[in-house]
Amino acid sequence: MAKVLMKGNEAIGEAGIRAGGLCYFCYPITPQSEVAEYLSRRMPDVGGSFLQAESEVAVSNMLYGAAGAGVRAWTTSSSPGISLMMEGLSYIAAAELPAVLINIVRCGPGLGGILPSQCDYFQAVKGGGHGDYRCMVLAPSSVQEAVDLIPLAFDRADRYRNPVIVIGDGMIGQMMEPVEFKEHKFPPLPPKDWATTGCKGRKRNVVNSLYLDPIEEEKLNMKLVAKYEQMKREEVRYEEYNTDKPYQALLVAYGTTARICKTAIQQLVLEGITVALLRPITLFPFPEKKIQELARQAEWLMSVEMSTGQMVEDVRLAVGHDRPVYFFGRTGGVVPTPEEIRDAVKKHLTGKGV
Amino acid sequence: MKTIFKRPESLTLTPMHYCPGCTHGIIHRLVAEVLDELDLRERTVGIASVGCSVLSYNYFNCDMQEASHGRAPAVATGIKRARPDLIVFTYQGDGDLASIGMAEIVHAANRGEKFTVVFVNNTVYGMTGGQMAPTTMPGQVTTTTPRGRDVDDIGYPVRMCEILASLRTPGFIERVAANTPQHIIRAKRAIKKAFQYQVEGRCFSFVECLSTCPTNWGLSPYKATQWLEENMVPYYPLKNFKTPEESEEGGKNAD
Repeated sequence: MAKVLMKGNEAIGEAGIRAGGLCYFCYPITPQSEVAEYLSRRMPDVGGSFLQAESEVAVSNMLYGAAGAGVRAWTTSSSPGISLMMEGLSYIAAAELPAVLINIVRCGPGLGGILPSQCDYFQAVKGGGHGDYRCMVLAPSSVQEAVDLIPLAFDRADRYRNPVIVIGDGMIGQMMEPVEFKEHKFPPLPPKDWATTGCKGRKRNVVNSLYLDPIEEEKLNMKLVAKYEQMKREEVRYEEYNTDKPYQALLVAYGTTARICKTAIQQLVLEGITVALLRPITLFPFPEKKIQELARQAEWLMSVEMSTGQMVEDVRLAVGHDRPVYFFGRTGGVVPTPEEIRDAVKKHLTGKGV
Repeated sequence: MKTIFKRPESLTLTPMHYCPGCTHGIIHRLVAEVLDELDLRERTVGIASVGCSVLSYNYFNCDMQEASHGRAPAVATGIKRARPDLIVFTYQGDGDLASIGMAEIVHAANRGEKFTVVFVNNTVYGMTGGQMAPTTMPGQVTTTTPRGRDVDDIGYPVRMCEILASLRTPGFIERVAANTPQHIIRAKRAIKKAFQYQVEGRCFSFVECLSTCPTNWGLSPYKATQWLEENMVPYYPLKNFKTPEESEEGGKNAD
């Protein structure tokens, strides 16, 4: 298929439909309302279900119901809305239901602003709602990559019976870029024989997260852990940039920030400074082993984020005390410039680090 | 020999945990009888809510989902929108539906979601030990209104049927009670109609069933049935508020 120029949010909507996400629930919130607007037009044409709900709390529980009934259900929202969905998300994770949530992150805390941010990293990768669970988290750095990761998100949600979050900042949602909707092939999925579809010809199914017996609850917790461990073995995704030649420092950045880091690295190369980048594509599972490996060749690392420092904690956990791990971030909706990142790198190179 | 009375197939053999004298068991049975009589069990998904009826997924012998507190109408919306061919019902108490779940029930009703709600009103939070509910009667003593519900402080009890009947969309709304044989017969009739309307794909259907809570009311089961009649029925009148026939004739409302 030829490339088309699309706004990120609309491309995300189309990608969801093409991935079979025919049951979509939403509540308007900037900077991602265009997904809902796009799908309100498109869903009737493809025989899908579009519903604008009364709140994000309701959305997350509609996802629970629809996913429990065996269909591919999804939603898109932005930070404050995603916070409200944490109730349903926790139940979805506990009941082992597949669902896809896309968070076009805006700056916070509180009502914050509508500009791009990566301040919801903790919420996305550490569970977010109550209880001991994790979501798989995919972080595209372009509209094309968002479109490519959405089919994977639906597939992995079904395969692991686990919620998958696609996390993009406001830049990904609002930017127009050329995109191509490729065919994505995945191995066959097991039948959803656990779904509540009417008990004709089988034992009744119950979708539930209540375990009053502590031994049973612990069994569920350990079953979930086993899934997360499998994700850590099989699902880690990342991009390396400039790691094929010697480098003095390693930047770690995801999403839009990683793209800006690449420009900064190009500028540094012109000055004879060699810096590499590791861009996690999966934030959970986190590419900790790859970071450990790449860190050995670097004098120090720097996590670059649109936050006050969240992913940097996972980078530090990955490298331990082997290497200094610095942080550079802009926040509040401020997008860092390549020059700022370049200067931050140079500051550490000259030994005048923070 | 002819069998004239048996456990409905739509109830499991699991013994219920409800307190002696609680009318949840009766209302469960009525729903199950209706599912049997309309032959719906094998294509029904029920939604248990949070409260005393949280474990109803162990009792209804059909596919079930357990919802978070108050969100059963949102879960039901998700199921029904995903699979309109399924019969979907929620079974919710008054704390769940009229307090934390107020937004979900009002909007599901107003969208005219084509599922059935069985709303059990016993004026207290039973599962958590008898705290005040939005439906607690004026002056009623609960563990969080030790001097009785003070309407100057916390307002009057919420009447859900009346609230929902003020909306134009919802088609079938009726209040019944489970405290006397006569009321129970009427309750079953209303529940059956509610499911029939859903089978016909006609409307959102809502049956509020006044129920007893001898444990938290501090009354014997028999006295509890009397207390319901004397205190609840005058405030929560037993009647039909809306039928789809009336609505289709031009949106005739109970007002």
